[in-house]
Parts: sequence; structure tokens; C-alpha cells
Amino acid sequence: MKKIVIPLFMLCVSINAQNPSARAIIERVDKNMSADSRVFTSKMVIHNRRNTRTIESKSWSMGEKKSYTEYLSPPREQGTKMLKLDDQLWIFSPSTDRIIQISGHMLRQSVMGSDLSYEDMMEDPHLLNHYTGKVDREEKLEDRNCWIITLSASTPDVAYQTQKVWIDKDRFIPLRKELYAKSGVLLKKMELSDVKQIQGRWFPKKILFKDVLKDGDGTEFQIMEIEFNTQIPDYIFSKASLKK
Amino acid sequence: MIRFLLKGILRDKQRSLLPVMIVSIGVMLTVFLFCWLRGILNDSIELNARFNAGHVKIMSASYAKNVDQIPNDLALTNVDSLMIKLKQAFPEMKWGQRIHFAGLIDVPDSNGETRIQGPAVGFGIDLLSGDPSETGRFNLKKSLRRGRLPFHSGEILMSEEFSNKLKVNPGDTLTLIGSTMNGSMAMYNYAVCGTIAFGTGPMDQGSVIVDIEDVRDALDMNNSAGEIVGYLPDNYYDEEKIGQVVTRFNKLFPPSKNEYEPVIITLRQQNNLGKMMDQIKGLGAFAVFIFVLSMSLVLWNAGLLGGLRRYTEFGTRLAIGEDYSHIYKTMIYESILIGIIGSFIGTSIGLLGSLYLQYHGLDLSSMMKNATILMPSVFHTRITSAAFFIGFIPGLISTVIGTMLSGIGIYKRKTAQLFKELEA
Repeated sequence: MKKIVIPLFMLCVSINAQNPSARAIIERVDKNMSADSRVFTSKMVIHNRRNTRTIESKSWSMGEKKSYTEYLSPPREQGTKMLKLDDQLWIFSPSTDRIIQISGHMLRQSVMGSDLSYEDMMEDPHLLNHYTGKVDREEKLEDRNCWIITLSASTPDVAYQTQKVWIDKDRFIPLRKELYAKSGVLLKKMELSDVKQIQGRWFPKKILFKDVLKDGDGTEFQIMEIEFNTQIPDYIFSKASLKK
Repeated sequence: MIRFLLKGILRDKQRSLLPVMIVSIGVMLTVFLFCWLRGILNDSIELNARFNAGHVKIMSASYAKNVDQIPNDLALTNVDSLMIKLKQAFPEMKWGQRIHFAGLIDVPDSNGETRIQGPAVGFGIDLLSGDPSETGRFNLKKSLRRGRLPFHSGEILMSEEFSNKLKVNPGDTLTLIGSTMNGSMAMYNYAVCGTIAFGTGPMDQGSVIVDIEDVRDALDMNNSAGEIVGYLPDNYYDEEKIGQVVTRFNKLFPPSKNEYEPVIITLRQQNNLGKMMDQIKGLGAFAVFIFVLSMSLVLWNAGLLGGLRRYTEFGTRLAIGEDYSHIYKTMIYESILIGIIGSFIGTSIGLLGSLYLQYHGLDLSSMMKNATILMPSVFHTRITSAAFFIGFIPGLISTVIGTMLSGIGIYKRKTAQLFKELEA
């Protein structure tokens, strides 16, 4: 009897090790992609229908609720600052010296004419907190073995009801995402590349966003520098910091 | 004989005064109604032309396809050089650059925080270059309710209704939140210099008017414009002349695959205006036809009455030996003279009244407070060449036919019975 049970148990463990549950995969992805805090400088190259523009910014975020971004260039956008606390966003425009609050559906509008919404740009959600997953199948994506996981929203306040994610089996990094609305309509596509090891985690430094409902060739979002789990002073996430 | 009849008409007031008065009144009403309907049609067309459509509008090909969405990202660029080309190629036309935009008006409180917001539709037009054309087209001086027109950059005009809704007064500062040509969020401060009321529902609900250079600054549209509107010199939409302009434009800018190349659209091709124009014209013609027909019946009846009223006179004339056909002919000649005199007087009075209202108009704004389509609130008449002869149809023809019918009775009268009739 022992001769049968032990090998059977070993086989089950081995299969499980090769095919972890969707939850386990998402947990590993969250460990790579999200952090308690992040500070990064980024470059957005927006390929509009008519022209290409580059916008540089520096962002600070803490958990899922607090985020702050300051635009560094071009001159027209320089000094524009955005503060997001929960589901409220304040934008400071230096030319008007005004802070304007936007909320609700406005948060899903395009940032600076890019393919990213304010939520895309400023949120760092732990997938596990908002989605439940199901491994659909495996597929090779540019020589990388991937799981294709369908994420379904488990909380009502997410921007995308369903996500289809190609996750690198070795590095636990999403390499491709398709983001769907509640109606099932495909809203956005993301291609994540230039995966580097930073502070002991894999992280894609380049993301190509494509809003499929918008003309143009998409927006390249490139991380120039990034620091995880760094100390960020509290005043950064206050309205007072917008006018500083 | 005509001279004799004319003297008779002028001297015998009993015979001529009433018929001439009836013909004159009928013709005057016909001419005035005709000019009134023409005026309503023209006012509606001109209102749309002045505020929005122009007699022609030039846009980029892709902007034209999505014009209802106000897609300023598809606006015309290098408009300075385009304007030079247009002015050289079409010296008879008047051109104006415009940026139509939509956004939020954000009004701050004393701490600079948002007090109230409202959605706005804006017009960026030339207000500060010194050329008064656009100010005139928007009738801004007469539409001003409070404050003054913009003198300086950074000033904005708001509709009176919108300013009341947002509790904004001249002198206050507000922020326009919109979208730049590149899709970025645009925020721009303006000082309210005045409020306006056009008297048309859609324009008065949430519109703002700003100098086009300020809009360019706000929306990052340097040397760009959403639309270039063109007007014929006398501000009268003449389809034939516009057709010639379009043909010449298409030779100058042949259709190409470049979606940003300029294309020309006529007023008729915009906002179902062509259909509306045809419908109004058709309805107008029908209304005029009905009125002319009814006036014809009235004047025909007047002719009949005129003939019957002179029953005794004709009897006497027959009794003293005048020929039936001579009497009948003189009756008809008389009615022709009365018709001409009445039509002339009626047309003159009708045209004078129409001429007055063509320049001064009739203000019906109080009756159009809740109008939701772009309709004028001050109606003008419009005198066209047809107005000079339309009154002669009922005035002359109907009077003569009426007389001809009533005159047939003359032939039925027996000479033998005439004295008995006269004695009675």
C-alpha cells in the first residue's frame, strides 16, 4: 500500500508545483509589480493620430490609495501636479494657479491625450485585492512560456471588469494584458517588455498601452528610474504640496 | 376711351373708392405676407450662417466627418497661409477663423477652491484684432446685457442665463477646463467682462465667447482653427454664387487622400439646413398660394359686387341705346384700371411696411423663451423681386375675372323690361 500512496502523493505535489493555482500566480505577480511605496520617473511617448509627444514625470505612490505626480516636461505641462487620494483627484495647473478636483468617470479619461487614464497612471492595485483568477491555458509569447489567466473583478469599483493576462512562468511578470469593460468590450491592450531585476524583483520597465477605442499607435510608458518601498514624507500626499 | 374711363374712376368716388380700397388692402396683405415669409426663411438661414454654418465652411476632411463632436485634434493647421490663399483666390468673400470648443467652466470661491462648475460650449472668434466683422455677425453689441465686450486678452463673455446659473458677474474670474488639441487637459483663467443674451435657447443656455487667440493659447492650437467660415459680401445666401465659390475652391484644393486637407461645405450641406430650407420654401410657397387664392376669391367677389351694385346704371345705359358689348368692355377696362391702381397702391404700402421691418424687424423674443432650436427672435421681412409683382395676381387678375363674371348678366337683360325695372 505504502508503495502506491507515496509515489501518488509525490506525483500530485509535482503536478501542483508545475501548475500553481491562479491565486498563487497572482500573488507572485503582485509581489513583483506592487509595493508598499514607489517613487519613479517616467517618460510617456504618445503616438497620436497626428503627432508624437513626449511627457516626463515623477511619481510617488503609497499603497493603493495615495499617489502624487509632477510633470517635468514639456514646458507647457511642466509644473502640473496631480494628487490622488482614494477615488478623488486634484490637479494643479501652474498657469492658472488653481487646484481643480475631478472624480467619478473623469478618472477614466485620458491623461495628457495618452492611452492611459488617470487611474491607469496613478493606481498601483494589488490584483489579488480586486480580482479572482482562473488559469485558461499556457502559451508561448516571444519565446517566454506563459500562463493565460482570466481575472474577474471581485470588487465593484475597478476600471476593468475582466482582464486577460499573459504571465511569464519563470519571472511571474505580466507580458501582455487585455482589459475589458463590463459589457465585454475590449478597452485596452498592454504589452509589457524590457523586464529587469530591480531590488530583487522582476519588473517591466516599458509598457505599450493601446486604447483600442482611440486613434493613434498607442502610448509607450517607460520607467526611467524606480525605487520600491522607500520612505515618502506624508506632506507629499497633501493638497498643500500641489502648490509648492 | 381709357382716358375717359380713368377720369370717371377718379371723379366718381362712389364708383371707384370701395373697389380700389378692397383691392389695395388685399394686395398689401399679399405683398406683406410674401415678404414676411421670405424674411423668416432668410432670417433663419442667416442666423445659422452667422453663428455657425457660414455661407461656406472650410474644415479639414476628417474634422468635417466628425464635426458634431467638435474634434479640435483634427483642426486645420497653418491657417495663416491658408487665409492668405483664400483672400487672394476669393477677394469677394469675407472670411473668419473660428474655434468651437466644449469644456467645463469652474468658478472658484474666495479660497480658490471650486465653488460651482457648469458645462459650456464656447466660440473662439476674432474679437481683438480691430476687425469688427465677427462682432457684427454675432450681434454682440446689441446682445450685451451687462458689462462690456472684451478689450483685452484673457476676457470672456458669458451668456446671461449661464452667468446667472453659476452666479457669476462681470469682473469675476473663472477657469475653463477643456482639452487641448493634443488631448491634454487644458486649464485657463478668464476674467468675465460681460454677459450676453442672443434670444435663442441653445445659444443662451451655456455659451461663452472668447477671442480666438485666447482659445489658441488655452487649447494649444497655435496657428490652427477648427473652422474657417466664408460669407458672400451682402450677407445674402445666394446658392448660385456659392456654387461658383465651391467649384473654384475645389480647383484650388483638389480632393486628396490627406485627411487634414481643407474641404469646403456649403450652408445647405450642414445640420440638415438644406432640407430645412427646402421645407420652409415649400411651406412658404404653399402659404402664399393659399393666401393669394383666398385674396383672389375676395377680390373676385368684390368685382362681382361692383358689377351688381351698378345694375341700375347699366340698365339706364342700355335703355338709352348703348350696346351690350360696349358696356361689358368698359366694365372690364374699368376693372383693369381699378386693379392696376389698387395693386399699385397695395404693393406700395405693402413694400413700405416690409421695407421698415426689413431694417427694424419685429422682436418676438418674449414668445420664444423656451425655443430649443436656433431660430431668430427678431423677425425681419425680406423684399425680393417677386414682391413687386406678386400682388398683381389677386389685385388685377381676380378683380377682372370677377367683373367678367358679373358682367355676363348684362347680356341677359331685355330692353323691353328695362323701363319697368327702372320705374320700380
